[in-house]
Amino acid sequence: MTPSYDVVLVGGGGAGLRAAIAIAETNPKLTIAVVSKVYPMRSHTVSAEGGAAGVIAPDDSIDEHIYDTISGGDWLCDQDAVEAFVHEAPQELLRLEHWGCPWSREPDGRVAVRPFGGMKKMRTWFAADKTGFHMLHTLFQTSLKYGGVTRYDEWFVTRLLVDDGRVQGVIAIDLKSGRVEAITAGAVILCTGGCGKVFPFTTNAAIKTGDGMALAYRAGAPLKDMEFVQYHPTGLPFTGILITEAARAEGGYLINKDGYRYLQDYNLGTPQPHPVLRTMELGPRDRLSQAFMQELEKGRTIPLPDGPVVHLDLRHLGEKKINAKIPFVRELCTKYQNLDPVRDLIPVRPVVHYMMGGVDTDINGATPLPGLFAAGEAACVSINGANRLGSNSLPECLVFGARAGRAAAEYASRQPPVNPRVIAQKTDEHRRLEQELFSRKGRERIVTLREEMQRTMEASAGIYREAASIRKGIGELQRLQERYADIVIEDHSRTFNTERVSALELSFLLDIAQTMLTAALAREESRGAHQRRDFPKRDDQRFLAHALVSRTDDGSCRLEYVPVTITRWPPAERVYGEAAPHVKSDKAADRPLSSGAGV
Amino acid sequence: MSNRIKLQIARYRPEQESEATFDEYEVPYTKESAVLDGLNYVKDRLDGTLAYRWSCRMGICGSCGMDVNGEPKLTCATFLADYAPGPVRVEPLRNFPVIRDLIVDIDDFMRKLVRVKPWIVREVEKPVADGAYLQTPEQLDEYKQFSMCINCMLCYSACPIYGLDPNFIGPAAIALAQRYNLDNRDEGSAERMRVLSEHDGIWGCTFVGECTTVCPKHVDPAGAIQRYKLTAAVESMKSFFAPRGA
Amino acid sequence: MDQPAVSTPYHPRWLRRRVSTYWWLGKPAYLRFILREGSCMFVGWFTLYLLLLLAAVLEGPLAYELFVAWSATPALLALNVVTLAFVIFHAITFFQAAPQAMVVRLGRTRVPPQAVLLGHYAGWIVVSIVVAFFLLGA
Repeated sequence: MTPSYDVVLVGGGGAGLRAAIAIAETNPKLTIAVVSKVYPMRSHTVSAEGGAAGVIAPDDSIDEHIYDTISGGDWLCDQDAVEAFVHEAPQELLRLEHWGCPWSREPDGRVAVRPFGGMKKMRTWFAADKTGFHMLHTLFQTSLKYGGVTRYDEWFVTRLLVDDGRVQGVIAIDLKSGRVEAITAGAVILCTGGCGKVFPFTTNAAIKTGDGMALAYRAGAPLKDMEFVQYHPTGLPFTGILITEAARAEGGYLINKDGYRYLQDYNLGTPQPHPVLRTMELGPRDRLSQAFMQELEKGRTIPLPDGPVVHLDLRHLGEKKINAKIPFVRELCTKYQNLDPVRDLIPVRPVVHYMMGGVDTDINGATPLPGLFAAGEAACVSINGANRLGSNSLPECLVFGARAGRAAAEYASRQPPVNPRVIAQKTDEHRRLEQELFSRKGRERIVTLREEMQRTMEASAGIYREAASIRKGIGELQRLQERYADIVIEDHSRTFNTERVSALELSFLLDIAQTMLTAALAREESRGAHQRRDFPKRDDQRFLAHALVSRTDDGSCRLEYVPVTITRWPPAERVYGEAAPHVKSDKAADRPLSSGAGV
Repeated sequence: MSNRIKLQIARYRPEQESEATFDEYEVPYTKESAVLDGLNYVKDRLDGTLAYRWSCRMGICGSCGMDVNGEPKLTCATFLADYAPGPVRVEPLRNFPVIRDLIVDIDDFMRKLVRVKPWIVREVEKPVADGAYLQTPEQLDEYKQFSMCINCMLCYSACPIYGLDPNFIGPAAIALAQRYNLDNRDEGSAERMRVLSEHDGIWGCTFVGECTTVCPKHVDPAGAIQRYKLTAAVESMKSFFAPRGA
Repeated sequence: MDQPAVSTPYHPRWLRRRVSTYWWLGKPAYLRFILREGSCMFVGWFTLYLLLLLAAVLEGPLAYELFVAWSATPALLALNVVTLAFVIFHAITFFQAAPQAMVVRLGRTRVPPQAVLLGHYAGWIVVSIVVAFFLLGA
């Protein structure tokens, strides 16, 4: 008996669980499956620290959050999507509060907000500095209420089932037993997160291997804006562990080897003793990471055995504030860097963190491939454009998880039952997996190819890029794809074969890497996180557009551009520091929701 | 010029053997290397057949719990240098059935978690348009510690009661129930009490206290359980002397 | 309304490791736990001993003399010394456990665990002084 559901979700993190709940609440009669390669509480949402943005302060307005997001994205954001996102974000965060999320509070009991990078007003809700952890566990525990949701924990999806021009399910390996199974569906939603593991140094967990992006790409759905990779300015040097932006929001300074707050040299304002929104350390992430690279070139970074760093100075915050607002930062530094931020400087450097690009979706999470939806970091709507602002991605998971859930539910309820011949594809996939991954006697170790791919990506798609090294990288990736046919898999067990999973993840990553370099080569301008030394200026004439990469029949990449949706904010210059424009709005509709009204 | 240390890793290959065996590997390490880094070195370069779970490598996802020299630990937050000169024995978490090598089955906990209703229970749901519930920082502190549980299962591994009687509901499940009981927004204490007051609920606990000792997030499940015993006892007295409406 | 999860509750090939009968020797913490639990038996003995003392007193001076003589025998002396050690151990471990089980609030602030612990010891000392006053003073 082939399992069959109305909606199948691939991935059980913030977006996946929110979508599942949305479907269960919209239409309790629908059957829902959440298929995740890890238990949902292990999803990488769990490691997000800083916060989630939503307009609630009385002096804040929807228009200002929209403007901050659009300017933060260097005008590559689809403004209709940003408008919907900013409108719905506070409601989603409130919904989460009703579900038990332990948001940090003001003394009078109202939800507290903190400043965050690139935002002109304080609107970042936070749960100490473990916001993602609390959000994920709240979502997971709340999702347990719904009997209509069936979970497939530790099932690894290897392929989408496509028939008759639409997606009708997935094929997955039950890791515990090794069994290959087809799970059919009226609609599939990909919520598999980003692909940071394509780089060598990343905040991302081992599981962030771009699975959903690759599945969509191979099934014929285009990927959008793949050249935009966010480097978070403050990661620990050896491990790449994230030190949240909240440390800077609470007042931390970034200083170079001379103890100088170097960001003042990069059009980010003048240094003040207290954090000033949209200036200095509260500038957008792409500009801060680029400043680091320029300091490196000027020889003003501190050389450590693990690489060059700058220092994050939290000493002036005091022990009480650090323990109250950023205790996890203290714990991470103590454990992994053997230092105490109350007394010591923290060595930090830019580290790959988030993928602005992803599966092309519309404002409701629908991809151009009927039956296929996507939400969260795996998708690109796009609300983040060329650079994401911190604390926008957690509400993105909620808003678009819910939208994609409702859209998929509506779509699935209109579909006829799945044609049984679709299930026959399972046999093909089983044979492919057996031949490609079990019966081979190769010579290349998985780790060799993976590390070479990562080195290539770091050289070709780093913070600053140029045509020659990108072209070289594309060639290297092609050779790695060929060498992939020769990998050795020593583990022949069926039971929980993690080596086979690593090999499949590597093949996903190689496909994704190719799309990233293809898009990076084609975009001959510098915008947001994509900086070209050979094209240092932004070019709205040619490139105020999203790059769509699709797979051709012979396996290569086809690129086309689609224009960005502009509504009320014509492209302007991106300004930070004291000169940053102040957006005024007095529309009644912009008044934020109440942030506390009794139990 | 790096140091090297021996890892004795428990192996279990269900298709080939019916008992666990040990394989020994030598790995390089620096003062920053975690036990997990050692396992990754083995899998990547020495023996691709080694199977184990891991993800975030920063002690927040809860995947990588294993027994290191007999103590349940998160292998991403346990450092090889602390065990020098070694050898370091790595085994799957005790008290769970072993599926393969270092991978144990935790579905028993997943089923128990659902039973304690770990969600906000309200008689009448508040509409989103009414805004957030008020919750002062003091009210948040009441349950905050118990909300830090990462479901890593180290507490179940350390609990001898769970080892002897797998029907015991266990430390993390009770701590998570308390997390909701003590949340001022929740109205589900009575419903949870029915589940927790069962024979294999809180009364299975004899306050060994090892769960609290091994918890990497300082949740203090033992404290949660003992405090709840008092609550449950008082409730049961109240219902004895003044049933319904007490 | 249990959420279904597609999982295998039991599989014959999963390795189930037996818990040894001597599990409590495996870790110092486990041994301390078993000794703590075992000390209840000695508390029980002291209680019984106290009741026997009371009975002897109520019966009269002769019974009391016999009781004291019996208590002075080496076997009973040894037993009572060991019992005293375990009872003190019992009290100390009980007090150690108390702050974890008791959350005391004064107004809005939580009484720190150290204070709860010291409070227990203080109470023990006070009660001991009162009992000593009656036994020795009168």
